[in-house]
Amino acid sequence: MFKILRDLLRYNREFLFGTILILIIVGLIVSSFFSPYDETAIYVVIPDMPPSAEFWFGTTSRGQDVFWQIGASLRNTLIFGIIVAVISRLIALVVGLVSGYIGGRTDQIIMGINDTLGALPNIPILLLLVFVLRDQMTWSMLAIVAALLGWTHDSRLIRSVALSLRHREFTRHAVFSGMRTWQILIREHLPYVMPIVFFTTMNNLIWAIGLEVTLSILGFSDINRPTVGGMIYWANAHSAMVAGVWWWIAFPMLFVVILFLGLFMLAMSVNEYIDPRSRLARMGA
Amino acid sequence: MSGEHLLELENITKLFPIGGFFSRAKMAAVNDVSFALETGRPEIFTIVGESGSGKSTLAKMVLGSEKADRGTIRFDGADIGDIRSRSAREAFMTRVQPVFQNPFEAFNPLTRIDEYLFATAHRFKGAKSRADREALADAALQRVGLSIAEVRGRYSHELSGGQLQRIAVARALIPEPKLIVADEPVSMVDASLRMSIVNLFRELRDTLKVSIIYITHDLATAYYIADRVIIMRKGLVVESGDARTVLDNPQHEYSIALKNAVLPPDPYEASAIIRQRQQDTGASMPREIARA
Amino acid sequence: MQNLLKKAPLILVENSRDALTIDGLKCYYVNDYFGVRREIRAVDDISLTVRKNEIYGIAGESSSGKTSLIKTLAGAIRPPMRVVGGTVNFNFDGKPIDVYGEPQKMKAARWRHLSYIMQGSMNVLNPVRRVKHAFNDFAYRHMDLDPAAFRQRIEAHLARLHLDSHVLEAFPHQLSGGMRQRLTIALATVCEPEFIIADEPTTALDVLVQQDVLALIKEVQTRMQASVIFVTHDMSVHAAITDRLAIMYAGRLAEEGPTQAIFDNPQHPYTVHLIGSLPRIGDTKARKSLQGKPPALSNPPSGCRFHPRCPIAIERCSKEVPVMQSSATGGRVACFRAGEYKIQ
Repeated sequence: MFKILRDLLRYNREFLFGTILILIIVGLIVSSFFSPYDETAIYVVIPDMPPSAEFWFGTTSRGQDVFWQIGASLRNTLIFGIIVAVISRLIALVVGLVSGYIGGRTDQIIMGINDTLGALPNIPILLLLVFVLRDQMTWSMLAIVAALLGWTHDSRLIRSVALSLRHREFTRHAVFSGMRTWQILIREHLPYVMPIVFFTTMNNLIWAIGLEVTLSILGFSDINRPTVGGMIYWANAHSAMVAGVWWWIAFPMLFVVILFLGLFMLAMSVNEYIDPRSRLARMGA
Repeated sequence: MSGEHLLELENITKLFPIGGFFSRAKMAAVNDVSFALETGRPEIFTIVGESGSGKSTLAKMVLGSEKADRGTIRFDGADIGDIRSRSAREAFMTRVQPVFQNPFEAFNPLTRIDEYLFATAHRFKGAKSRADREALADAALQRVGLSIAEVRGRYSHELSGGQLQRIAVARALIPEPKLIVADEPVSMVDASLRMSIVNLFRELRDTLKVSIIYITHDLATAYYIADRVIIMRKGLVVESGDARTVLDNPQHEYSIALKNAVLPPDPYEASAIIRQRQQDTGASMPREIARA
Repeated sequence: MQNLLKKAPLILVENSRDALTIDGLKCYYVNDYFGVRREIRAVDDISLTVRKNEIYGIAGESSSGKTSLIKTLAGAIRPPMRVVGGTVNFNFDGKPIDVYGEPQKMKAARWRHLSYIMQGSMNVLNPVRRVKHAFNDFAYRHMDLDPAAFRQRIEAHLARLHLDSHVLEAFPHQLSGGMRQRLTIALATVCEPEFIIADEPTTALDVLVQQDVLALIKEVQTRMQASVIFVTHDMSVHAAITDRLAIMYAGRLAEEGPTQAIFDNPQHPYTVHLIGSLPRIGDTKARKSLQGKPPALSNPPSGCRFHPRCPIAIERCSKEVPVMQSSATGGRVACFRAGEYKIQ
């Protein structure tokens, strides 16, 4: 494991760069645990102070230190994104692999359901749910609903790989070797599907974070819990750009960009590493 | 002496739909084929045919991967169309095993070769512990002239086509099957390594008393190894019988054409055949016409 | 005995008998992934000549390097595969072209002077376009004719090859495999090139169709007096059609000579074994297989690459690389003990 990380760091510049960026983000997140202020508290410091030696990123109009806020926001946003991505990946994998392998009528039925769900527009549905469940709509509920909406496109991609794998000779060979279906799917087919899973995880993560930011900016989430979108929402509510408090918007945006860029680079370089073709080339096939 | 039939095919037909989306036309990939193998008399039964003759479809039906549209296939007296449950299927696979054509495709390049051996030992021989599985794998590998030490931890690209096919045969032997269905097992193996596999099949028949259905398009290896042979063309059996008799003296015009078309490994004879063909073509249209 | 053998002289490209001269060609793949560096010596120091108006066969098994060799000849290699030494020189009607020294000339020469018949004819014919478009794409620019005259020329060419002109209007999937392969040959020969490279053109074809295709290739070659390099692992096909034959093993040439001589009196132990292991109808004599497997080209054995599997290897074979020298049968062989191993 460590050897793989070392190889990647040494020979793949994207991975190195991505790791550095993510380390910055992780650093901020870790530091948020040592924040001297409660993250939801307001008016704990002098408001509207520009970046200085005392307040590295300045302070907001609500009297919060932007630096500590960003740490907490990134943490919350990232957790949201990861929950959505993981749950929807699992669903997409199971649906895609099973449907592709079984084929026939079952496959058609499953894909019918898949496409119907995929045709539903995501944001209006989420907004609708937020309106309807106003008080019960907790942040974790939002994550689960978003996850249930985000797997349909990717399961089709995975299914297409599974379909082609089904007809390969090694699948028949595995069947006659006595491997059960789930064993075949996990041991023989999953490595071929992993690059797609990785790539779509990246996409999904970005989508989830974007979704969260969008909803928060519009004011449709738990506005007391600090998230990146929430910060921007409050900044807009206090007309930060007009008032000249540019650091309140600039820093969250900067770190969101760093987060996305870092994730993207990591995902791409790891994707190339685990791709069966590059694995085979390294093994010397 | 024969008792029951080991394998019996009775009027087997397999249809495939052809034509466009709305067409109902069907083509018979396998058309009314019947033959039987006897229990207690192991033999190498060869199916010879070109591409499109239906031989691979026939093999898939014998293995149970495809269902016949007409006719019955019986193995050890039981209709294999009745096999539905997983345990019945696994019991069947204990007695009938395949060897595939392309050894590089048959083994997943990302999976270790020994995984297939161990899975077979585990599922069909109930070997629970790692040591048991290795022992069974080793015993099977010894029979094909290899050992577990040479195979452990290796991937398919590290071995030659000939070695991989031998490992595939070893894997097929682990459940101690009565019948092995080998679909063109040497066509993708280098010429210099081919004979070791072909000789191996002979040994399986003689020493281990396993019957083998050997499918090939190569008449020369068929001559070398088969006991009985059937020649298929476009789904129909055009000629069948004892291998030496049929191949020394074919009766059907297709069999004759097939035998004459084989190029012998001798420059004088082979170039004469081509020169003759050039003259024949000069006089008439080529033997094939475009499909409509 | 050794002093009677002399190094076969390299024939200069100006000699009008030669269509192709390869001199000391080395072509390696260099793979560098995540710090793992692999150098695969697909073509390692090969020198040979192909004369005008002959069919020159190259035989070899998988991982012998023959596919890499012909890709290199056609100038069709891409990184990570690179020519690291040697030259390839064609001689089209007295105009020498250095494939890697003059890539522009080479590009102009493609299809007009040098064409390629590939394995798997579906790769050549675009499945969504009618066959006639393939002719337009490949040959039109070389022929300098107006469309009507071009069409007439194609139909005349097809007629000479006993192909009906209505196939031009068909889609590839409507034609059988043998038909497509014959069309591929027609496509490769419509510009009447001086040199044709045929890469396993009959593999995966039925035996009956194989005969037709081989007869067609022979016909075309005789009529155009072209040079053909015919690559296949099938020794019977070499027996049927080639004039001279070269045997490749692990990126190097083992033996070369007139086809009849190679079959009657092979000198190199590998060739001896290869010829001896071919089965034929009417013969049930037990045949043996060679031990071991062809070496990985990334880590070949030292000295003669065949020595780990050779039944008559001596100590010298693992230390020195044998060079191609004149053999007793009028060809060349790279073996210190040439001719000492006979077919069992």
